Amino acid sequence: MDQITLRVARYRPDDEETEPVLVDYDVPLRPDWAVLDGLNYIKDELDGTLSYRWSCRMGICGSCGMMVDGEPKLTCATFLVDLAPGPVRIEPLANFPVIRDLIVDLTDFMHKLSSVKPWLIRQDEQPVEDGEYLQTPAQLDEFKQFSMCINCMLCYAACPVYGLDGSFVGPAAIALAHRYDLDSRDEGDRQRLTILAQPDGVWDCTFVGECSTACPKGVDPAGAIQQAKLAAAQEAMKSLLLPWRSR
Amino acid sequence: MISPLEARYYRRRMPLLWWAHRRSYAIFVLRELSSAFVALFIVELLLLVRATARGPAAYESFLDTMAHPAMIVLNLIALAFVLLHAITFANLTPRAMIVRLRGRRVPSRVVLAGVYAGWLLVTAFLAWLLVAA
Amino acid sequence: MTSPRRVTPEPFVWLMFSAGGVVAALILPVLLVLFGVAIPLGWVEAPDHAHLLAVLRHPLTRLALFGVCALALVHAAHRLRFTVEHTFRLGRYDPAIATVTYGAAAAGAAAAAYLLLTAFG
Ligand code: SF4
Ligand code: FES
Repeated sequence: MDQITLRVARYRPDDEETEPVLVDYDVPLRPDWAVLDGLNYIKDELDGTLSYRWSCRMGICGSCGMMVDGEPKLTCATFLVDLAPGPVRIEPLANFPVIRDLIVDLTDFMHKLSSVKPWLIRQDEQPVEDGEYLQTPAQLDEFKQFSMCINCMLCYAACPVYGLDGSFVGPAAIALAHRYDLDSRDEGDRQRLTILAQPDGVWDCTFVGECSTACPKGVDPAGAIQQAKLAAAQEAMKSLLLPWRSR
Repeated sequence: MISPLEARYYRRRMPLLWWAHRRSYAIFVLRELSSAFVALFIVELLLLVRATARGPAAYESFLDTMAHPAMIVLNLIALAFVLLHAITFANLTPRAMIVRLRGRRVPSRVVLAGVYAGWLLVTAFLAWLLVAA
Repeated sequence: MTSPRRVTPEPFVWLMFSAGGVVAALILPVLLVLFGVAIPLGWVEAPDHAHLLAVLRHPLTRLALFGVCALALVHAAHRLRFTVEHTFRLGRYDPAIATVTYGAAAAGAAAAAYLLLTAFG
């Protein structure tokens, strides 16, 4: 059977390794195998110590993101035949600290995600017996694209601004903030805009646009960031011209 | 505070020439550099204004300077960058701005067509004002 | 993301950067084609001095020109600030780099204002 070489970054701090090394593994090249199937083959048949994250195998959980030949990819949605003849270089997601092998630390992203309050904010919560907050299909279309995000962080791995300056809030978090700002049921725009208008918020972005190219779910975080900039700038103008209006 | 576990993390740093490692990054840097030529041409424009204000002789000598082969080459390079700026800026507009008409969202393709139509209009007006009128 | 609300000039700079990008995209290509290429190469005849002077002398032209110059210079300053910081990994020197780039733009805008106000007598 055909084989393909996976050149996998291994980082084993337990074994006194101070930096990652690339190790070659030959795996079967099957037409229906994704990169993740190759990694599973390594773990099951060749070296059980290889560490990496995955769960759904269908592009939904967002946990299998890695650098494949230098590009941020979902390994469950990237097929080996498309990378033949290889060798295929597999490294942990760029711009994040590596814990071991292909596993990166998510803490920073998780903090940033919650910092922009990605949930419905209401001035007055409507009692449960009044039923759900209604929304028309047109109102749903306003933000639907941005709600497809699976938090895979491929956009952060693609973003040079985040790579250069880790304090930048970054693409997915801003896109999610924007998703709620555009939601007709939400009333938290000003809270979120105040957060995004901070120096580490939207202003660091220079519209490189690579986040949107990398996104496997068709989200356009780069567009969302510019739209959020415009909204934040309008707020700033308003509070400059009408100072009594701002709290 | 860094825990002992975090102390063992492997932290990568962006390579100094990170933009040379990927085509799309390099194109991005070129797009940003276009602004240097925008500034350069603004200077040329102000020199033109000054020469015109100083009288016909100064104006003629400005035109002679602009006709120097080195200036033409420089301006051709500047033109390439200014066009790169104009095209990328126009193409990103529909993503950066949601346009609404009577409460309805205008499709990106229509916004883009509007941007280019406006550009043609301004170009035609300026060409008419300066050389045809 | 430290203090809850810090005042920052970024939104205003960004608005000027965007406006400058728009005017630069709209009007610079045609002017550059005319005065940088077509006229020097003789493809198009240069506007005669009296006509150009009449156009430039008009207060509306001068006002518009000032707006174009000031905004386009801020646009360039903003982009160059980030280009320098990002391409050479100099983000930690942002205060100094921002001062130099925006300062140069402000000086250019002031020079443009002076020229447009005084040169036509
Ligand atoms: S925006 Fe796209 S690339 Fe970024 S985390 Fe969400 S799904 Fe992943
Ligand atoms: S394993 Fe869930 S997205 Fe790939």
